[in-house]
Amino acid sequence: MAVDENLKIELGKQGVFVTTIQELYNWGRRSSVWPMQFGLACCAIEMIATTMARYDLARFGAEVFRPSPRQADMMIISGTVTKKMAPQVVRLYNQMAEPRYVIAMGACAISGGPFKQGYNVLKGIDRYIPVDVHIPGCPPRPEALLQAFITLQKKIDAQPLTGEGRPRHLDPDAPGEFPVPKQGEHDLEPAANKGVWTVPTIIQ
Amino acid sequence: MELKTVEEIKAAIEEAVPGASVKLMPNASPSGQHSLLLGPEHAVQVAEFLRDDEELALDFLSNVTGVDWLDKEIAEKVKVTRQVSKPVEGGEPGQVQIVEETVEETRKLMQPGYLEMVYHLFSMAKKHGPVVLRMRTENRTDKVELPSFTPVWRSAEFQEREVFDLFGVVFKGHPDLRRILMWDEFKDHPMRRDYVEPDDFEYEPTAHDEVLKRTQEHRSREQGTGTRN
Repeated sequence: MAVDENLKIELGKQGVFVTTIQELYNWGRRSSVWPMQFGLACCAIEMIATTMARYDLARFGAEVFRPSPRQADMMIISGTVTKKMAPQVVRLYNQMAEPRYVIAMGACAISGGPFKQGYNVLKGIDRYIPVDVHIPGCPPRPEALLQAFITLQKKIDAQPLTGEGRPRHLDPDAPGEFPVPKQGEHDLEPAANKGVWTVPTIIQ
Repeated sequence: MELKTVEEIKAAIEEAVPGASVKLMPNASPSGQHSLLLGPEHAVQVAEFLRDDEELALDFLSNVTGVDWLDKEIAEKVKVTRQVSKPVEGGEPGQVQIVEETVEETRKLMQPGYLEMVYHLFSMAKKHGPVVLRMRTENRTDKVELPSFTPVWRSAEFQEREVFDLFGVVFKGHPDLRRILMWDEFKDHPMRRDYVEPDDFEYEPTAHDEVLKRTQEHRSREQGTGTRN
């Protein structure tokens, strides 16, 4: 499917440019990933710094923070997800249009972080929604967020348009809506979405 | 001007609000921040007096805290005199006499637990403080009502809601007593000492101590039932 790289370079030297629909399509998709304008805690301050002139997320086509989930392609979970907030985060994710991506930013968003043993903090947002890139750090530096974003771009670039591993919007059988957890009498119910998250095996 | 001492404040309260129960709670630590334990019956009048009194003018309620005191077992040594029958020395076998004997006995008393509120008052006008007030509920289960200070100091509103949420103290006279941090459907009071945490210890990559125990319990339970909770 893909054109041989060397042949492509040779042809380029002759003034002939070869590409595929997939490459063109993914180039367009990865170059204008619009994040959702929403911050949860202190990581959001680093996220804001990343968009400002010094780090300038706009270089990667992701400067347009959208205030509505309907217009956003990417959700940056920037901060602590409390159990009170978790249903709203999942609901916002459900309201985003496909293709959509999630970056879990910081120790809290990926695992609960320093609040992991508390009663009111979710131990990682990946319990309820699929996360594409996890960034450790408390909070991660803007460079780390840029790195995560570049990683996401590479991931988008590598997605085939057909067959296994295609983006969810091209797969009619892919789940579109993720169940919103209920706020129960003692904890969120269920404690995790088993279709998204399974208990990782700990090798000892 | 210097703030009155706690004893003077106590005397002033007792004079201004007849029948108010005020108890001095001494603090032995170097800070010497003694507090006043208020009876809930006249607490609102006492609070109004502290706010409106020209000399005290405690116009700012800075901090509202809850403390959970569990039921406590107190061992107490008591001398008991009782009558014991002893065989008479040098007497016939089987002959007994009654002797009084004093023994030390340890008695165990259950001191019922309660929820305690601690208030820190300051005066913006006079630039003095803090005056520390306390109030206690009757027990930890059903008699957990205390008067609200929100009508007296508006700054108590959110803090009392937080105490209601996390400790379960019910404030009578509060204009809007709802949970503030946890969701409305939540039933527990997380800051209570006997709170049982939700069991989500299935994945703990660096478990140790208490957490390690819980993870192991979680895992053994999963293996027992074959299901993952």
